[in-house]
Amino acid sequence: MRRIRTVFDLEKWKREIIAKQGQYETEISVCGGTGCHAYGCKKVKNELVKAIRKNGYRSKVRLKFTGCRGFCERGPIVTIQPQGIFYQRVQEKDVPAILSETVAQGRVLEYLLYEDAVTKRKVTSEKDVSFYQKQQRVVLENNGLIEPTKIEDYIRIGGYQALAKALGEMTPDQIIDEVKAAGLRGRGGAGFPTGIKWEGCRKAPGFPKYVICNCDEGDPGAYMDRSLLEGNPNLILEGMIVGAYAMGAKQGFIYVRHEYPLACRNAETAISQARKVGLLGQNIMGSGLDFDVEIAQGGGAFVCGESTALIASIEGKVGEPRSKQTHTVIQGLWGKPTNLNNVETWANIPMIIQQGSQWFSSMGTEKSKGTKIFSLVGQVKNTGLVEVPMGITLKEIIFDIGGGPQNGKRIKAVQTGGPSGGCIPAPLFDLPVDFDSLTQVGSMMGSGGMIVMEEGTCMVDVAKYFVHFLQEESCGKCLPCREGLKRMGEILEGITDGQGNGESLFLLEELAQVVADTSLCGLGKTAPNPVLSALRYFRPEFEAHIEQKKCPAAVCTPLIKYAISQGGCTGCGACQKVCPTQAIAGERKQPHRILAELCGKCGSCRDICKANAVLVQ
Amino acid sequence: MDYKPVEGIIGRYQGKRTALISILHDIQDHYHYLPEGVLKKVSARLEMGLSNIYGVVTFYKSFSLVPKGKHSITLCLGTACHVQGRGKILREMTKLLNIEPGETTRDKKFSLQVVNCLGVCAIGPVMLVDGRYYGEMNSLKAKRIIQKLGTNKGGGKA
Repeated sequence: MRRIRTVFDLEKWKREIIAKQGQYETEISVCGGTGCHAYGCKKVKNELVKAIRKNGYRSKVRLKFTGCRGFCERGPIVTIQPQGIFYQRVQEKDVPAILSETVAQGRVLEYLLYEDAVTKRKVTSEKDVSFYQKQQRVVLENNGLIEPTKIEDYIRIGGYQALAKALGEMTPDQIIDEVKAAGLRGRGGAGFPTGIKWEGCRKAPGFPKYVICNCDEGDPGAYMDRSLLEGNPNLILEGMIVGAYAMGAKQGFIYVRHEYPLACRNAETAISQARKVGLLGQNIMGSGLDFDVEIAQGGGAFVCGESTALIASIEGKVGEPRSKQTHTVIQGLWGKPTNLNNVETWANIPMIIQQGSQWFSSMGTEKSKGTKIFSLVGQVKNTGLVEVPMGITLKEIIFDIGGGPQNGKRIKAVQTGGPSGGCIPAPLFDLPVDFDSLTQVGSMMGSGGMIVMEEGTCMVDVAKYFVHFLQEESCGKCLPCREGLKRMGEILEGITDGQGNGESLFLLEELAQVVADTSLCGLGKTAPNPVLSALRYFRPEFEAHIEQKKCPAAVCTPLIKYAISQGGCTGCGACQKVCPTQAIAGERKQPHRILAELCGKCGSCRDICKANAVLVQ
Repeated sequence: MDYKPVEGIIGRYQGKRTALISILHDIQDHYHYLPEGVLKKVSARLEMGLSNIYGVVTFYKSFSLVPKGKHSITLCLGTACHVQGRGKILREMTKLLNIEPGETTRDKKFSLQVVNCLGVCAIGPVMLVDGRYYGEMNSLKAKRIIQKLGTNKGGGKA
């Protein structure tokens, strides 16, 4: 591999790559995101490699194994350029036809096209798929265009040009001013202005300084950081190098969750390639900047997403947070000035440098600039990663991009902000999504998880789920979080078991307030949010559990009863076969009934019944 | 027990104490758990108290002090998987294998773990079996995968 010593080397290399790759007539991209892996994209890729070789297309067709394209639910996704054909749910057996029909003769294979969730029309091109239409993909854009393990692909699309500009034309102060002017706020959840954080780190006395990329994406339901680091690791590295130059750091770390092995591997590959070509190491691009990056792995602790706990973990210690009276930009890793940003924040930096703060701040709302990636998941038709300008309404995201509810059910709420956020009820879906508006309604942006819930979701159960989650993940260092969450969990457990009484909600609210006020770190301080927001918008559901001992959504097992509709049952016997406790009686072709004393309330009968005759009361 | 690989692993990280977590990961990848003797070796080589190392090992959920089964089954309990009905799958798994999360079957064939999010939320509920992701799971599909892997001879706790 060659070495880039100057800006001109980079330019020259880019031209050479374009000339070399220009010889291909067709480019086939197979999405290699983790979602598509689950659907067998690797088999599809291997089959394509074989078929391309067999048909003698190697000089004509370039096959790319790219990062996540976002529309995970329709995976494996294959796109064909230059026609821009978008195939979904592709399997190994489809490969011969793709080559013989689409590549050789330009014919589109109708059966592999996406059928629009709303209009039911077959769509040929990616840009016409309703899931992508309202999105503004600037950070995620290149995920589908490049192979994450090939630095050449990144250079070809203009990669490291922002670094060249920063090193060649800008002073560190100018970079910080540019980031400040762009109005970029931290994408990890808290929304702190990035430029101000950088300035703090630059001005802090002490040496050496460190920059850290936080990819400990513990927030359940969010996976944009994983997709970015897996799909475009050089983008993150470029952001970090620019940041290191601006803040005067010599060493960087990318902290990756242990649950993300592919992200780890791809980031490692990108680092070693960047070292080889001289984009990491000594005297980067002849500017005198020395900077290198290492990977640090987590060990499956949610609290390590908190900056001080994360730093302790990199130091090889137990990941317990500490009091933030002295901020990490003054005293962070090994007591030295340390700037920590989320993956998505770093990913925005090259664009801001390259295209300017004015371009960046033209997107978004007054106080929240740019775009944000959300993982739109749960009970909605189109699930996946969506990147939208700040200020778009929840309704647009859930109904226009997400295609609305599954199976004609009614959407009840959307959960944002993970365990630190809350549930926003459907009547508030006209709310524009930005940092401040979400906080106002008692939730928060968080790292961007958006879990859609339909009418069959019990909000008390969801609140209980989050409290249990946090109770398990609490590091145990401070008492309010350790004990408070445990007691909150017990109260909620009591309510869903039918043991709630008139005092339960009062106690729950009081305790929630204490935990929020007195916990040491962000985990405890925001832990009551899911409970408080559920109480704010869905109080009648809590009251139904307590007063009528009923679960309106028919989720909480101790409060529900299964029965078979005598009119609806066809007597097929399917439920009898699956019932683990033999609680269903009845002759074949005669309506069945459930023996309440034997019923374990597992719901297997309801899942299997084709006639929808199993009722929950 | 063969301690040779431990030397190599620690050497890879130049014996740095700060690399403790990475070292432990590599050791676990090799032995499929963290044997006591190996941890003593790490403690001596890094000049760290065994109690400190034990503290780190027990804090992070990824580490295990007991041997793991041949097949590793991890069920995601993230929010998206929760609302899509993962509870039933977990019930089915514990019943089928006759073990609780965190345990290994007596014949050392299967280990069952739960994790708070695998980050493949769009296709939940998700199950990870020996490094392979399975999306849109239900209890029936999960049962089939396990039965295919090694029949239902789970039987009894380890």
